Amino acid sequence: MSEHADTQHGHDDDHDHDGVGAIHATLKGYMTGFGLAAILTFIPFWLVMSGAFAKTGPADALILLLAGIQIVVHMVYFLHMSTKSEGGWNMLAFVFTVVLVVITLSGSIWIMYHLNDNMMPWTMQDARNQP
Amino acid sequence: MLAHPDLTTLIFGRLTLDQLPLHEPIVVGTFIVVALGALALLGAVTYFRLWGYLWREWFTSIDHKKIGVMYIILALVMLLRGFSDAIMMRAQQAISFGHSTGYLPPFHYDQIFTAHGVIMIFFVAMPFVTGLMNFVMPLQIGARDVAFPFLNNFSLWMTISGAVLVMISLFVGEFARTGWLAYPPLSDIVASPDAGVDYYIWALQIAGVGTLLSGVNLLTTIIKMRAPGMTLMRMPIFSWTALCTNVLIVAAFPVLTAALALLALDRYAGTNFFTTMLGGNAMMYVNLIWIWGHPEVYILVLPAFGVFSEVTATFCRKRLFGYASMVYATVVITVLSYLVWLHHFFTMGSGASVNSFFGITTMIISIPTGAKIFNWLFTMYRGRIHFEVPMMWTVAFMITFVIGGMTGVMLAIPPADFSLHNSLFLIAHFHNVIIGGVLFGMFAGVNYWFPKAFGFRLDPFWGKCAFWFWVIGFYFAFMPLYVLGFMGVTRRLSHFDNPDLQKWFVIAAFGAFLILLGILSMLMQFYVSFRDREKLRDVTGDPWDARTLEWSTSSPPPKYNFAFTPLINDNDAWWQMKQHRYQRPSQGYLPIHMPKNTGAGIIMAGFATVFGFAMIWYMWPLAIIAFVALLTTAIAHTFNYERDYYIPVDEVARVEAARTELLASHV
Repeated sequence: MSEHADTQHGHDDDHDHDGVGAIHATLKGYMTGFGLAAILTFIPFWLVMSGAFAKTGPADALILLLAGIQIVVHMVYFLHMSTKSEGGWNMLAFVFTVVLVVITLSGSIWIMYHLNDNMMPWTMQDARNQP
Repeated sequence: MLAHPDLTTLIFGRLTLDQLPLHEPIVVGTFIVVALGALALLGAVTYFRLWGYLWREWFTSIDHKKIGVMYIILALVMLLRGFSDAIMMRAQQAISFGHSTGYLPPFHYDQIFTAHGVIMIFFVAMPFVTGLMNFVMPLQIGARDVAFPFLNNFSLWMTISGAVLVMISLFVGEFARTGWLAYPPLSDIVASPDAGVDYYIWALQIAGVGTLLSGVNLLTTIIKMRAPGMTLMRMPIFSWTALCTNVLIVAAFPVLTAALALLALDRYAGTNFFTTMLGGNAMMYVNLIWIWGHPEVYILVLPAFGVFSEVTATFCRKRLFGYASMVYATVVITVLSYLVWLHHFFTMGSGASVNSFFGITTMIISIPTGAKIFNWLFTMYRGRIHFEVPMMWTVAFMITFVIGGMTGVMLAIPPADFSLHNSLFLIAHFHNVIIGGVLFGMFAGVNYWFPKAFGFRLDPFWGKCAFWFWVIGFYFAFMPLYVLGFMGVTRRLSHFDNPDLQKWFVIAAFGAFLILLGILSMLMQFYVSFRDREKLRDVTGDPWDARTLEWSTSSPPPKYNFAFTPLINDNDAWWQMKQHRYQRPSQGYLPIHMPKNTGAGIIMAGFATVFGFAMIWYMWPLAIIAFVALLTTAIAHTFNYERDYYIPVDEVARVEAARTELLASHV
């Protein structure tokens, strides 16, 4: 359990310590993370409440993008993950997770889109043009 | 029922006396037998004053070896239940032709096939695999326990809690009648208003917590606790497959949890995720459940592959052929297993482009699997093969699994799947790979590692009886189903009109009877081995002249596994130590830091069982109480600071000296 402390708070400027070390969490790191997280939460909130976009499509896309950035902020500032933490295992696990999430999400969307397209009431015209 | 119907409903929810299946003679008969058996067992435990021993040495134990053994006992007990379901179905299908409707009404028959699937996958195959990994893997990598010993005990009891809920459903209310994956809309509240699907959901959710936590635990153990010198590429293949299986568990089981949680919301809170109204989409459930379901197949079979790798190398007296290719094949299967899930629902209508993508990925996955088969064959080639029982299971596996794999590739061709899906061909295929792969692997593993766990070998005669009955019975039971599948007979039918089909079902029922003899032979094997344990005693700790580290300790291993953490210089660490005339150190022991037993796991799982039961029957106050009690126990456990102790040097020295003496007296 104790080796979980082998983490860093910064981006690339701070991995000069020697592998197994104490936790490098600083107040500055947490406050930066908190500030970024708050801003990234405020923007979507404002987008929805003010109705800044006439159509929901671009707003949805922007909110999803901000949510993705939010995840990265949490991982870097609060979970202290970096490419070097835990001897690279964190990075490997992260990449694997991203690959699986991308497979699952894109695969599901692809499958469900085609299902929806094919299983709705259709004409012979549609039948000939099915994907 | 009482003067205050509202109060009764508040306390008992929808559970009434009508829910006890008193009108079903078969269930009542089963209940009487089970109740008498349970009374006899409890009486015997009380009579022999074993409660204290069981509680102190087993139930609260956080020793990975004992937890592994308890997982396997759970699997064997549930195998008996799951097999009873199987033989009831075979008997029903063999006689239910024309005017005869058999002895099982559809209401009951549907519960049986659902329970059979759920039990065999979640409460037989999973505990078998987890138990074997728990017992063997830490020994193989030279660790003294798993990374989180308490969590291990908690995981075991959560799995047992799920099994208990499934067993309760036999006598209180009913089980789901939906098939083992409970597809909506059949499993939603409109089509299945009774408690059956709720039993299914809560049993799997509670057991799922155990599975997920044990996945995290074993994964951390392999990454963090390998003995010095054991790089990943020096790790025994079984530990490699355990690593990949636990990666799959950690990544896949949350999807199952999410899918079942959404289904539960549909049933309890009136949401519309999978309904046919208000934008709900039942196909999304099928999609999600198979995103978990396909990796699950590999979760089960990879450790079996690991067992076969160990067994083949040991009994051919050769280093495993193609170690690196075996590792890469395992890793490739791990990743590819996430790319094939749609082949379980080709016919749902995704169209040709989607189907062909998933058909091709499915066929690709047979390449690394085929590579493994060749590795085992080349290990056997010019090896000095000793046909002990584990090796016999391995050979039977290779033949059976190749057949199952080839029918799998047939099913992977989308056009063929359109005529074969949901037919008995599919049933034959997956029993072919799960029995021929997973179950044979677990039986090989149990025969192989039993002497390590208990200090005496299993009786080979009864082991061979079990082997032949099982293998021949398997072929009799499932080859007819391939034929019937080609004739277009679909699964889950309780009655047939065409009398021409009957002969095939009778053959299949005969096969199930042979498997029954196989199971009885196994029980006999355990009994006879226990009776003759002095004759079968393993004093060396290495009865098979094996190659990996677990055979370097005594049988059974001491609590601390290894007095000194071994240093690893080779893939086959123990073999290399033997080649170099390794001498056990006889002095210089240090106190060994070990975790202490705790009852928190079983208590928390007990509350989880009550919580699940209360949720199933809508007993809201009880559910809240049980859940709060569960959380309170968990929090209270965090204040338990007396979690560890040191085994003093004297005791280590005494145990090791006793072993030295034993070894010296038997050379």
